[in-house]
Amino acid sequence: MATDILMPALSPTMEEGTLAKWLVKEGDTVTSGQILAEIETDKATMEFEAVDEGTIAKILVPEGTAGVKVNTPIAVLAEDGESAADAVQSAAAPAAAAPAPVAAVAAAPAEAPAAPVSKASADWPEGTPMKTMTVREALREAMAEEMRADENVYLMGEEVAEYQGAYKISQGLLDEFGEKRVIDTPITEYGFTGIAVGAAMGGLRPIVEFMTFNFAMQAVDHIINSAAKTLYMSGGQMGCPIVFRGPNGAAARVGAQHSQDYAAWYAMIPGLKVVMPYSAADAKGLLKTAIRDPNPVVFLENEIMYGRSFEVPDLEDFTIPFGKARIWREGTDVTLVSFGIGMSHTLEAAEKLAAEGIAAEVIDLRTLRPLDYDTVLASVMKTNRCVTVEEGWPVGAIGNHLSAVIMERAFDYLDAPVINVTGKDVPMPYAANLEKLALATSDDVVAAAKSVCYR
Amino acid sequence: MATRKTPETAAVDGANVSKDDLLKYYREMLLIRRFEEKAGQLYGMGLIGGFCHLYIGQEAVVVGLEAAAKEGDKRVTSYRDHGHMLACGMDPKGVMAELTGREGGYSRGKGGSMHMFSKEKHFYGGHGIVGAQVPIGAGLAFSDKYKGNDNVTFAYFGDGAANQGQVYETYNMAELWSLPVVFVIENNQYAMGTSVKRSTKSTTLFGRGVAFGIPGEQVDGMDVLAVKAAGEKAVAHCRAGNGPYILEMMTYRYRGHSMSDPAKYRTREEVQKIREERDAIEHVRELLISGGHATEDDLKAIDKEIKATVSDAAEFSKESPEPALSELWTDIYA
Repeated sequence: MATDILMPALSPTMEEGTLAKWLVKEGDTVTSGQILAEIETDKATMEFEAVDEGTIAKILVPEGTAGVKVNTPIAVLAEDGESAADAVQSAAAPAAAAPAPVAAVAAAPAEAPAAPVSKASADWPEGTPMKTMTVREALREAMAEEMRADENVYLMGEEVAEYQGAYKISQGLLDEFGEKRVIDTPITEYGFTGIAVGAAMGGLRPIVEFMTFNFAMQAVDHIINSAAKTLYMSGGQMGCPIVFRGPNGAAARVGAQHSQDYAAWYAMIPGLKVVMPYSAADAKGLLKTAIRDPNPVVFLENEIMYGRSFEVPDLEDFTIPFGKARIWREGTDVTLVSFGIGMSHTLEAAEKLAAEGIAAEVIDLRTLRPLDYDTVLASVMKTNRCVTVEEGWPVGAIGNHLSAVIMERAFDYLDAPVINVTGKDVPMPYAANLEKLALATSDDVVAAAKSVCYR
Repeated sequence: MATRKTPETAAVDGANVSKDDLLKYYREMLLIRRFEEKAGQLYGMGLIGGFCHLYIGQEAVVVGLEAAAKEGDKRVTSYRDHGHMLACGMDPKGVMAELTGREGGYSRGKGGSMHMFSKEKHFYGGHGIVGAQVPIGAGLAFSDKYKGNDNVTFAYFGDGAANQGQVYETYNMAELWSLPVVFVIENNQYAMGTSVKRSTKSTTLFGRGVAFGIPGEQVDGMDVLAVKAAGEKAVAHCRAGNGPYILEMMTYRYRGHSMSDPAKYRTREEVQKIREERDAIEHVRELLISGGHATEDDLKAIDKEIKATVSDAAEFSKESPEPALSELWTDIYA
C-alpha cells in the first residue's frame, strides 16, 4: 500500500511553508530517518525526514513551491514491490481521508483583512506609498534602522545572533551589525536582563529580546525594581533607556507555562511604558519610538501575528507616538476596545456585527501605558456602549481598568454596563478544543456587543 | 588571606603608601564612621525613617578600593551604601539630607537611605534587592567595554548576596565576555542574622569564581593598605582586558543589620574583640603615630574637623525642607 508524504507542521504556529529543496528524486529508495527535503517555515529552514521505508514513486510538489499548506500531499511513497503507477493510484484515495490536520485545529484566524484604514488615524500623510510586509519584517526593519542611526543601540538575548532569532525577528542583524552589537546570551534571563539594565544606566540603549515574555518572569525584578523605578529613586538623575521585547500571550498548543498574556501586569507599573501593537505598521513605528524613548519600554509582540501581512508606509523614517490609539473602524452603536492580537478577533467581530446591522467603532489602544483615555471616552460618549477585548485573564485586566475609568468619567453616557471579553480564568490547557475554549473569540465579542446593545 | 602588618613592619614607604595618603585614608574612614554614628543618632530621634543600614566597621573596604580607582571608574552597591557614597566623594550634606528625606538630598528625598545615585561621581546606587546590583555592575562594565575605554566597575555585595543565583549568572557572562568588573564581596560574616557558616557549606566565597574561570582572593578587609593593594591588582587585571576579578573582603559590621536589629545572633564579646583587635581606623592611627607621621594633636585636629563636617551635614539635613508636594509626580518618566 502506497502512502502519501504530507507537508509537515514544523512549528506550533506553522500553517504553510515553502518546499525549498528535494533531497531525493523519483525512484529513490528511502529508509526511515533519511532526510527527504528542506522545508522553509516562517521561522527557519528545516530538514524533513522519512518516517517509513519505501521508494519515492512520485513527487507531487516540485521544489521551490511556496505556500504549501500543512498536510498537503507532497510525494507518494511506494512499498517494496509496488510499482510507481500503482502506488500513485492507491495513494490518491486515502489522502482524502487523512487524519484531521493537527495544525489546522490550532490554526489562527485567517489572515487579517487588508484593513480599512480609517481616515481618523493619520499616522502617515495621505498618498504615502505603502508596501506589504509581515509583522516580523516590520520589527526587524525597525531594529535595523535604529541600529544604523545610533551606535549605542544593541540587541541581546537568547539565539538572537547566530541562530538568527528563535522566531527570525533578528534575521540578518548579526551579518549587518556584527557580534559586538548582536549578542547571544546564555539562558539566564535574570542575569542578562540585569546586565542590560546596567548597560542602559551606563549610557547604552539595549534591546533585550525575551524568547517569550513567559521567561521574563525570571527577570521581572530587574524590569520593575531596577529599570522602572531608578529614575524616580534617583530624583531624576539616572534613567534607564531600554526596550524589553518578545512574543507575549498564547501561541498555539504550547500549554500553560508558555501562553500567558502580561499586558495588564506591566501596564500597572509606573515608570514603564507598555506597547502592544497589532498591525505591522504599528509594530514598526512603535518599536522605533520605543528604541528612541529615554525610559524602559516593555514591547509585547505575539507569535501568531509575526507572519501576518499588513500595509506599511514606505517612508524613510516612520514612527508612531505612544499614547495615541487608532480607530480602525468608525461606528455609532457600540465601542469595541482592544489591542494586540485581540484586535483580530475584534475586527472580525465588527464585520459580523455589521452584517447584523450593528455599527461597531473599533479602537486599537496600541500602547497601554501611556493609555489614550480620551479617544476611548470620546467614542463611548458617542456610542454609549462599550466592550473591551483582550486575551489575558479577567481579574485585574486592562478591560477592568477601562471600565472603571469609563464609569468615573462617562457614567451618564452609558446605556449599558461595560463588558470585558477576556481569556477564561484558567491556566492555558493543551488540548486543542480546550485551548480554543480558553481564548477570547470573535463570537464572544459579538455576543458581548449584542448584549450591550440589548439585541 | 593577607595578614595584618604590625605597626613595626608597616613602614609607610614599604607599603607603597605616602604619609599624605595614609592621612587621607584616616580622614576618609573617620568621616564614614562619624557620619554613620550621627545617622544612627538621627534615626533614634525620628529624623531618619524606614530602613537604615550602617557601615560602621567596614570603612577600610571602600576607602582602600577608592584608592585603587581612577576617574571614570564606576561603583554600584547594595542598600548598605552610605560609606560607598562618602568614599567616592559625594557630599555628606546631600547624603544626610536624603536620609532625612529632604529636598537637599541626592534623590531630592525620593530615594532614601537605600537609593541614592550620583552621575557626577559615577555612583550607580544604592539597590535594595539583595544581589540585583551585581548584574547591574557587570552591565556598567559592559557599557565601558562597548565604548572602548579602560574604566572598571566595582560591584559590591555582601556574603548574603553571594548566595543569590543572579550573582553566578553574572559571573558566567562577565567572564565569557571579559567584562572589566571587580566583584567585591564584603564578607561581614552575617547576612542579617544568619552567619556565613549557617548559610553555606563552602565558606570561601571568592573560591566560587573558580567554576567560572574568574580569579580572586581573600583580603583582610580591616586593613586599608591590604585592601588598596588587592584593589590595584584586581583593577590592573580588569583594565588589561582580562575580564573580571573577585575580591572577598573579610570585614565586620559593628552595628546590627539595620537600626531595628538587636543583633542577638552574636555575642557582645565577639564584637568587642574585633573592635579592639582589628579596627581599621585604629590600625591606621597606630601606623601614623608609630611611624612618626602624625602626633596625637594632629589626629585630634582631624577628628575635630570631621566632627564639624558631620555636624554641618546633620544641620543641613534638618534644615533642608521636605520635598514640594508636586515632587510626588515628577521623575516617573524622562
